[in-house]
Amino acid sequence: MCGIVGIFLKNQALAPVLGRLLQGMLLEMADRGPDSAGFAVYRRPVPPGSVKLSLYATTSTVQWQQIGTDAEAAFGVPALIVHRDRHALLSLGTEAAALSAWMASAYPDVSIIGIGSEIEVYKEVGHPASVAEHFQLAGLDGGHGIGHTRMATESAVTVRHSHPFAAGLDICLVHNGSLSNHNDLRRRLARRGMSFQTDNDSEVAAAYLADRLGAGLSLREALITAGSDLDGFFTFAVGTADGFAVARDAIACKPAVLAETEDWVAMASEYRAIATLPDADDARVWEPKAGEVYCWSRA
Amino acid sequence: MITFDLDRAPLRELNQSLHDAAGEGDRRWRIVNPRGRHNIAVGMTQALEVEVAGHAGYYCGGMNQNAAITICGHAGQGVAENIISGRVRVKGNASQSAAASGRGGLVVIEGDAGARCGISMKGVDIVVGGSVDHMSAFLAQAGTLVVCGDAGPDLGDSIYEAVIFVGGQVGSLGADCIEKEMTAAHRGKLEGLLAQAGIDADASAFRRFGSARKLYNFHVDHAGEY
Repeated sequence: MCGIVGIFLKNQALAPVLGRLLQGMLLEMADRGPDSAGFAVYRRPVPPGSVKLSLYATTSTVQWQQIGTDAEAAFGVPALIVHRDRHALLSLGTEAAALSAWMASAYPDVSIIGIGSEIEVYKEVGHPASVAEHFQLAGLDGGHGIGHTRMATESAVTVRHSHPFAAGLDICLVHNGSLSNHNDLRRRLARRGMSFQTDNDSEVAAAYLADRLGAGLSLREALITAGSDLDGFFTFAVGTADGFAVARDAIACKPAVLAETEDWVAMASEYRAIATLPDADDARVWEPKAGEVYCWSRA
Repeated sequence: MITFDLDRAPLRELNQSLHDAAGEGDRRWRIVNPRGRHNIAVGMTQALEVEVAGHAGYYCGGMNQNAAITICGHAGQGVAENIISGRVRVKGNASQSAAASGRGGLVVIEGDAGARCGISMKGVDIVVGGSVDHMSAFLAQAGTLVVCGDAGPDLGDSIYEAVIFVGGQVGSLGADCIEKEMTAAHRGKLEGLLAQAGIDADASAFRRFGSARKLYNFHVDHAGEY
């Protein structure tokens, strides 16, 4: 069991309280996943030509300011680094691929857990309430976000095994379920050049989406092909630069519910997470169909 | 009417109060601030009228006997699971496994129901104003499932003696489920159920489905296999 949540604001007047809304949903799903939690918030885009990395250090001795200084020296442009404990955001005026290649070479102990112009990814082990407090989620503004509370079933309880998993520029995935062909799929994707940080099945799903998007498919198309290429159970919520998507496998034994008002669209494993949102009593509520892909975007 | 606020008192207190509400007194209850909580008004045995003023979580009205429960919103998984008698009405949509293994009574879903509606039903009557998703009436043994809209794939898979009426399209039929003749008696039964459910639909537009009886009955042609 795990819990997943997502909220997409239609009314930007709510943007200052996005983090508070997402936190309310996340904490309501804490008993579905009490061992670790994570979330992605889409907020404060960097200028065109720049990139924002969400970083996680596997060692406690990481020197974040030094990484910022080294990045400035390597690329010859100013770097902005904001850090909290083992997590940091690094913003820099260069190409995403160049910066991630440099990070992998210069700082192999630091994982890139989110990359794009808006996305910020935070994840940590521990009860979702302490994770949310650690990152001060309630204080984050933004346009939309997704979150995950994890009850690990098939791989270790570590930050790197936690969700969301990055799946490309400004794209990340949270997953409730389990995949049974992830080892085979991981080998196939590795042969196509994808790299993996863990033995986690959901990371493979994220890499699969990244690979399909890289091959030119739209997110909707990639999620439809996921239905036939991924063997197992899933409800996915996928965050994108301007929206989010929800997809379920053809059996649909992992729960999901969608709700919409004039002000927001939300998804959650269970309605009680959505019940924490303003005017939820008046929302249109329905269960997403098996094998169907639902997308919302500002475009 | 007795009002019970789930923001002010715990669910167990509500359910215990409903179980204890025997004899004389106000028979109408209104439950406010349900907020998707699970197990609201489960195990009812008293003939009360219970209104859930909002969206309910899992198993609302489960194991119901005698009570008439109305959910004024969405119902989560397993609404009216194993209902024995009485009525459960959902004014919004319902998630998966609505009225699963229900033995009697009437379940009305005014909107759509998710997958596996009426799975393993054993005598309950279910009327869905909208559509149902895949594997509805799977292993259905007895009772009637009425779907005014469309039915998803694998309708009535491995069905026994339950009866299915569908007003719209059927995605596909499951193993051993076939279309059967719609006689005047069947139309009369359907009209009666629609009237009981308070759902306005033209009974003449429905088709009937049931068991081909080839899956669960011994077939003499297979005698040599043993």
